[in-house]
Amino acid sequence: MGTAEGYDPAVWRQLSEDLALPGIHVPEQYGGAGFGMVELCIVTEELGRALLCAPYFSTAVLAGNAILNSGTEAQKSALLPDLAKGARLATLAVTEPDGNWDPASIEVVATPGVDGYLLEGAKSYVLDGHVADLLIVAARTPKTVGREGLALFTLGAKAGGVERRLLESMDPTRKIARIDFHGAPASLLGNLDDGAKPILRTLDQAAIALANEMVGGAQALLDSAVNYAKLRVQFGRTIGSFQAIKHRLADMLLDVELAKSAAYYAAQAAAMDEPEWPALASLAKAAASETYLQTAIQCIQIHGGIGFTWDNDTHLWFKRAKSSEVFLGQPSYHRELLMQRWGV
Amino acid sequence: MSKVNETEVRAEVREWLAANWDPDMSLVEWRSKLADSGWGMPQWPKEWYGRGLPHALARVVEEELSNVGAVGVAKSGVRLLAAATLLEHGSDLQKKKFLRRILTGEDTWCQFFSEPGSGSDLAGATTRADLNGDYWIVNGQKVWTTSAHHADHGLLLARTDWDAPKHEGLSYFVIDVKQPGVDVQPLKQMNGHASFNQVFFTDAKVPQENLVGRVGEGWKVAMTTLAHERRGADGLASPSKRGARVGRIHAEERAETEKANQPYKWYPQRAGRVDLVIERAKETGANRDPHMRQEIAKLMIMAKSAEWTARRARAAQQQGRPQGPEGSLGKLAASNVARAAAHVHTLITGTEAMLTGSGSPRDGIIAEILVSVPAVSIAGGTDEIQRNIIAERVLDLPKEPRFDTGPFRNVRKN
Repeated sequence: MGTAEGYDPAVWRQLSEDLALPGIHVPEQYGGAGFGMVELCIVTEELGRALLCAPYFSTAVLAGNAILNSGTEAQKSALLPDLAKGARLATLAVTEPDGNWDPASIEVVATPGVDGYLLEGAKSYVLDGHVADLLIVAARTPKTVGREGLALFTLGAKAGGVERRLLESMDPTRKIARIDFHGAPASLLGNLDDGAKPILRTLDQAAIALANEMVGGAQALLDSAVNYAKLRVQFGRTIGSFQAIKHRLADMLLDVELAKSAAYYAAQAAAMDEPEWPALASLAKAAASETYLQTAIQCIQIHGGIGFTWDNDTHLWFKRAKSSEVFLGQPSYHRELLMQRWGV
Repeated sequence: MSKVNETEVRAEVREWLAANWDPDMSLVEWRSKLADSGWGMPQWPKEWYGRGLPHALARVVEEELSNVGAVGVAKSGVRLLAAATLLEHGSDLQKKKFLRRILTGEDTWCQFFSEPGSGSDLAGATTRADLNGDYWIVNGQKVWTTSAHHADHGLLLARTDWDAPKHEGLSYFVIDVKQPGVDVQPLKQMNGHASFNQVFFTDAKVPQENLVGRVGEGWKVAMTTLAHERRGADGLASPSKRGARVGRIHAEERAETEKANQPYKWYPQRAGRVDLVIERAKETGANRDPHMRQEIAKLMIMAKSAEWTARRARAAQQQGRPQGPEGSLGKLAASNVARAAAHVHTLITGTEAMLTGSGSPRDGIIAEILVSVPAVSIAGGTDEIQRNIIAERVLDLPKEPRFDTGPFRNVRKN
């Protein structure tokens, strides 16, 4: 967290080589462990609980799923084994400096060239964009608007015409970058037909994985608040014996359990490819966003003054909760999406 | 649960149904067969009208009954709480006397727990039972008694020792409601319905053999009843019935259900009627308002998450985990959902929410939701009590300091 990279490469190696986690959802023929969304979400829940700083969400969740959803057989075979092994870091760039998560608003243009495409424009809020080796970029072909003409493109981060800048992020546990493309050479991932579909599918899967990561974090905050309430003594009693604190903690538990149910249910629905799973992705993301932040706020409150200090780790979860609240679209965005997806 | 077992159970129950099910039988006759064969409550012990099957297989039996359109044993009201309590704490004599008639629907039950002076603090009951010869003589007043006006038996929590500490001076009885010393009066609620009663006991009699558990163990026995009650409040609907519903037996069942449900027609409304929200938004055009859409989505997210949480709790229970305080979580969630639903119904309905009765939206149903929801967070244990239970038993937080220890005689009361 404290380094320029934002993670500990030794821990990343352990997580990749000993536990094979970056490829947990990648089929075995592409070098993965052959599990699916449910198992991926179990991993993100645990990483969220531990508040692990590692390029997991970018490489495994975003880039891994983008390649699985969009890539040709040859591309999957070429790209996925290195990601699954953790040997290469990757990320997905969708949002632009306007911070809009609807792919229809994408303005980066991919112009066909002699050998592939040339990218022009800017992406921002790119998770681990400063350390990724492989960039997957959502862009549109010239003179298209809305969801038409969208597709995913890949390029090495060191390609010419790529300018990366680490942003000063409020959440120190999650690094984000702005990436400018000045005629950067890129390859089409998959094909140009209905390119919006794999982008949306990847974002919905990411929303579910993030929801699970958030409920893991919320559980850690709840545990921390409960433990502190049992230790801290004021007025001759542990503060956990006051109903004002007990009731707050009971409400926190209820919130966390509800958000967990939504996150688990959405993961299961996505794994089974049930028709309503994209709606459930929005439902789970909105639920977990509100719960994680509220749990963080209440956890600080229960800790009192110590909770607002830099030395107490609660602020790290609070900041992760805040960045997760808006990353991939804030709760109001997903609530509106849910209403649309339910046909209301 | 092995596949073989499930297949065997299915085959066995199918064969039994083929030989026994007849929709032209009388309801009691059919339910007697269910009780005696054990197929009515297959999860109950073999010696007491069950077959000792695990919960998962009991569901299989329920499915099979439902597939041929067969009516199940009587389950409405307090009767299954009574049965669960008697199965755990009752004497063999009591089980023999009461369980079968619970299942056949011949007897209706009610619960005499709350009192005007002890609502949340149930253990503060001051209705007294004094032993006189072969009978306990009961005096005092109970309140919020659902079904007392048509019940045959009541589960009674009464004080038998005033010198013991609060929780240790209570005993648990089965009392005959239809006797001169029991006076049942309906209690009108803020929504105009009268689903509950206040009940006055004046020298009412309980034979000694109707003491459940030992003298002074009433609180422990009552906890069993309450745990089952909270679980029932998780807001999950029972599976819907399939198959043809014609024949004498179905007519009798419908009549029974109608009579039993008459005072509780508003119960779906007190839960907030989340099922109506999206329809109402569409029919009023509220679905075009971005603010309303946000509020509707917030409600639906909470309601869906609560439903899935209840399913998780139920799945855990079906895997054989004992009934625990997670019932309180479901009940608290249901209160939150109901309140949020009343809020959203008001937003959608707008000024028309000032109206009530047949001229008001949805033939008065919306108005009834708005004035019924406040019951949810009180009935069956207030939200505050549920939070205490969650905090103390799930999160293991320390108890509040108490002011009601020592002999109950000296404890401050209303």
